[in-house]
Amino acid sequence: MSARGAVLLHRLPWEPDAGEPPTPVRPGPWLFFTDDEGRAVEAIADRIIPPDPQTPGGKDSGCAEFLDRQLAGPYGRRQGLYVSPPFLKGAKNQGPQSEAGPAQQYRVALAGVDRACQAKYAKTFAELADIDKDVVLKGLESGDIKLEGIDGTSFFQQLIKDIQTGFFADPIYGGNRDMVAWKMIGYPGARYNYLDWIDRHNERFPLPPVSLMGRAEWTPKG
Amino acid sequence: MARKLPKKDVVIVGLGWTGSIMAHELTDEGLDVIAIERGPWRDAPTDFPTNYMQDELRYRIRHELFLRPAQTTFTFRNKMNETALPIRTWGAFMPPNGVGGGGVHWNAETWRFLPSDFVLRTHLTERYGASFLPEDMTIQDWGVTYDDLEPHYDAFEYLCGTSGTAGNLKGQIQQGGNPFEGPRSRPYPNPAQKQGFGHTLFAKAATELGYKPFPQPSGNMSRAYTNPLGLRLGPCTYCGFCEWFGCGNYSKASPQTTILPLLIRKSNFTARDNSEVTRINTDRSGKRATGVTFVDTSGEEWEQPADLVILSAYTMFNVQLLLLSKIGQPYDPVANTGVVGRNFTHQTMSSVDGFFDKSKFNFNPFIASGAIGMCIDEFNGDNFDHGPLGFVGGGYLGQVQTNGRPIETTPVPDGTPKWGAKWKDAVRDNYLSSLKGGSIHASFYSYRDVYLDLDPAYKDRFGRPLMRMTIDFHDNELKAATYLTDKYAEIVKAMGAKQVDKSPRKGPYDVTKYQTTHLNGGAIMGTDPKTSVLNRYLQSWDVPNLFVMGASAFPQNAGYNPTGTVAALAYWAAAAIRSQYLKNPRPLVDA
Amino acid sequence: MRKRLATLLLAGTGVLVTLAVAIKSVVAGGADTQSFTQIEKGRYLATAADCVACHTVPDFGRPFAGGRAIETPFGNIVAPNITPDRDTGIGAWSDAAFDDAVRRGVREDGQRLYPAMPFTAYTKMSRDDVLAIRAYLKTLQPVHNPVVANNLPFPMNIRAAMWAWDMLYFDPGAYKPDPQKSAQWNRGAFLVQGPGHCGACHTPKSLLGGDKTSEALRGSTLQGWFAPDITDDQRTGLGSWSNNDIVAYLKSGHNRITAATGPMAEEIEHSTSKMTDSDLTAMAVYLKSLTGQTETPTPVAASDPAMVAGHAIYRDQCSACHGLDGHGVAKLFPSLANSSVVRASDPTTMIRIILRGARSVATPAEPTAPGMPSFAWQLDDAQVASVSTYLRNAWTSTAPAVSAEDVSKARSSLRARND
Repeated sequence: MSARGAVLLHRLPWEPDAGEPPTPVRPGPWLFFTDDEGRAVEAIADRIIPPDPQTPGGKDSGCAEFLDRQLAGPYGRRQGLYVSPPFLKGAKNQGPQSEAGPAQQYRVALAGVDRACQAKYAKTFAELADIDKDVVLKGLESGDIKLEGIDGTSFFQQLIKDIQTGFFADPIYGGNRDMVAWKMIGYPGARYNYLDWIDRHNERFPLPPVSLMGRAEWTPKG
Repeated sequence: MARKLPKKDVVIVGLGWTGSIMAHELTDEGLDVIAIERGPWRDAPTDFPTNYMQDELRYRIRHELFLRPAQTTFTFRNKMNETALPIRTWGAFMPPNGVGGGGVHWNAETWRFLPSDFVLRTHLTERYGASFLPEDMTIQDWGVTYDDLEPHYDAFEYLCGTSGTAGNLKGQIQQGGNPFEGPRSRPYPNPAQKQGFGHTLFAKAATELGYKPFPQPSGNMSRAYTNPLGLRLGPCTYCGFCEWFGCGNYSKASPQTTILPLLIRKSNFTARDNSEVTRINTDRSGKRATGVTFVDTSGEEWEQPADLVILSAYTMFNVQLLLLSKIGQPYDPVANTGVVGRNFTHQTMSSVDGFFDKSKFNFNPFIASGAIGMCIDEFNGDNFDHGPLGFVGGGYLGQVQTNGRPIETTPVPDGTPKWGAKWKDAVRDNYLSSLKGGSIHASFYSYRDVYLDLDPAYKDRFGRPLMRMTIDFHDNELKAATYLTDKYAEIVKAMGAKQVDKSPRKGPYDVTKYQTTHLNGGAIMGTDPKTSVLNRYLQSWDVPNLFVMGASAFPQNAGYNPTGTVAALAYWAAAAIRSQYLKNPRPLVDA
Repeated sequence: MRKRLATLLLAGTGVLVTLAVAIKSVVAGGADTQSFTQIEKGRYLATAADCVACHTVPDFGRPFAGGRAIETPFGNIVAPNITPDRDTGIGAWSDAAFDDAVRRGVREDGQRLYPAMPFTAYTKMSRDDVLAIRAYLKTLQPVHNPVVANNLPFPMNIRAAMWAWDMLYFDPGAYKPDPQKSAQWNRGAFLVQGPGHCGACHTPKSLLGGDKTSEALRGSTLQGWFAPDITDDQRTGLGSWSNNDIVAYLKSGHNRITAATGPMAEEIEHSTSKMTDSDLTAMAVYLKSLTGQTETPTPVAASDPAMVAGHAIYRDQCSACHGLDGHGVAKLFPSLANSSVVRASDPTTMIRIILRGARSVATPAEPTAPGMPSFAWQLDDAQVASVSTYLRNAWTSTAPAVSAEDVSKARSSLRARND
């Protein structure tokens, strides 16, 4: 008789094609957001990370697509997290205790944002002028603008984190398209070998960034 | 009803660093050993390959290699009169899971504690008087000395190919090393790693201020290395994906690279993965362990009988298993009785960010290894006079920036907005010319009201109570943090920073902010069974055929990363088992 | 000089022992399970001949009890049970029948064996060698395991057809030492041509599966691998290997240049890692005496688009283990700059390793067994072809380019494989 739970044989386990390589996000329609939500998030992303002549903003770099795929996936449904009750309100330093996970929270919050904008401006967030968008976001940040069903300030902090995460994550996840964020800061990406550069102090690293799916130079030209 | 498996000589709970060391030592002694690991088997070419390991989102932000809180977690509160709530997603620390344990995703910072750290209460009382110590501070002497452990530190460093510069060889202080370290019997097996621009600049400024900087001892190979077991490691390539990640090119010391390939070939060794030990079984007297019970992935219970039980499951789970198996008297902080769960500690971490002129400074933060860095030890332990300062303890100060992974590395000067155009510009302008990772790695001494016990409300998936952490900072640690942070900031200023932003640790203890995974105590070693769970050989006072490894044995935490000491204690215990216990199984120390 | 003498003496002693055993055999009737010397000799020869590898199901099978499917270009042949079981093994066979099977390719019932059983190589052994193997096999635990050997499709399943094949490709007869060469060379030649049956994998085959003897040991493709050239060819063979490199490789699976994986890993684990250093040295001496070809293909220019792309991929993805200079790390990461697998006329092994990853062999001398990750998910056909072409023409190497179609074909055929 033997227990289930592998007993390791007297050699290191190996199989061909072993491992769990990542699956790049595929461009396409929203998997999680409704059209209204998607519009709102793209507009928010473009204020959190505004476009400028050198680098696209949150919208064109794909941050909303990133967030959409994340919320549709394990992150949105809190896979692997401890979600047993009771859900009691704790101190901030005890960490998130809400019964709702990110997916539900975004649903509630985005609806709340649009409702707040309708109340104040008779427009949805995406329809506002940039200057008004910033007023709304600052209001969320300070707590001046409250949302129904969710704490606007905490939500906004999470939103900033999620958008900025999407901006700097590997492009396979939907954001940081064409590695624009990495090019902006001079980060060379998913490289593994700097042995010839550790001693070169105070010199600009010249090679272009690489994503987990490579870079343009990997494909032979012609 | 658990089904019984054939008896083994030794059952080891957890196949991380100490599990692997104990398995190696005891199989060499000819014993029939089984190791039972809760998590899965993991290895470089199959699980940490060089072509997809470099994924900050997956491994650092979404924690893919770590224990999933859904499998088990802990509850947390600051004070005894509060309600502890579950840690639903990790923050302050990242518990390991899987073969290799924390040894897979650690930085490989490989330190020794100071000689005075092991006799802390005696030492501090002698120097400053008993009243200098806070009344509720429960620090203790360990029962072993630095000299006892020195050969075992050495064994671990040679197992790992630790890269470093010795500071004290047999009492002779060596140029370029740590002048404060305890005497070592021989140099490191590998020269120190190379340093980046920021690390080198820090050392230069520190030297100018009169300090003696030295390279951080690193378990990332500075060159190809073959360890005493004949296992081969490659040179570290400074990839910047070290801590939180497995190493893809065999250049970080881990159980996988230093022990397991040899261990697994031994005919007297078996490993079982994806099997969670739920209980240590004892006979009716409660004084003898008969083996363990574990659950497989189908939920079936099995019993693994053994003559000797080694608990190597990481601090929190060691303590939890002792409590759930009713081994040792649980600690009661109010009555101040009992031992299992007392002297729980973490690490007091502070940091300093430096911002430099981008036209003159380019740090390439992404070129780094896990244990790269230049450090000074003038403010660690009792290396300096605490008399006028009103606190005890300290830590190393090091420019140890290990990576430039952008999701987490977008330092902007204090006062910069958190979003918007100004934020974006500041990130762009500062990424290459700022230094995050100024590390102030300070001690966390033990207190009466900082402890572990079983939570009364929250349960794991088997219905067993979760471990409850009651932990907050005391004034002593916060005072030390402020003092050390100021010292560090001086050095950063001397490096030529145009702005220096200090982040000294402030209370209350926050379970959402990462502060190392150096959780310690709860099953501490000592000389007196009334105030310790284990004797000086890590043998349970209550159950002599049970030994408990890991940082759970630390009576308090010192100002260093713990793994070197954790491993040295494992070798020390293994030596005692091999030379004394096995010939005549019995308590090795009179209670 | 002393080594030579010692070798001669050893050989001489071997002769004496063989004589003694032969005499005893003639008197006693053959394979004698009472004779320690004969059994030991048999065990060693069985190890050199690697009987256990084919005649045992890997990891789970009882040793020598058969049941393993041997993949041939014509289909699978299941290796029979050669334990002494009287019903399902060879316990009831006479010694003469055993010798006929091993050295003449004829089964006890008169049917011919397929050359998956390398009798074309084992014929080089002497009758005494084979009887020693028989004596050893007779001491094994009998295992009841009925095996149906012939799974080949029509018309290959007609064993009688082997008569014609044998006429074309089978040259029976024990090894005849070359008096012009040293005893060491002759020993190596005997081991390589005979029990070692290296040509079974390393000699290219005709359409009918017979050895192309004019290209002996120049490399051959089978079971989805290209077994490389093991002549002394500088570019594609062992030309840059010293005798010590060869011995280290055969003994431990690793040397300063490369590591064994796939079927060779299994061979080393069961066979050559258990042979004596002097025998391995003899094999090295023999292999190094086989002159390579002299042709050098035109190098692919560094400016070729495949080379440019391959260089980028190499820097970004391969150099962290294999080094910026292509030399890897001795006994850990194989050298690609000096690799017969990389420069081989058939890039099958290189492409397979890039797509699927690999685990190198662990032996007592070299237990690390480092592995390489799989790149199939990350690199498309053109990218694999580029980096392959780059490896074949970078540093000081030269070899024909690899095309995207080559890679595409390899990908499809690997998808059909489960090993």
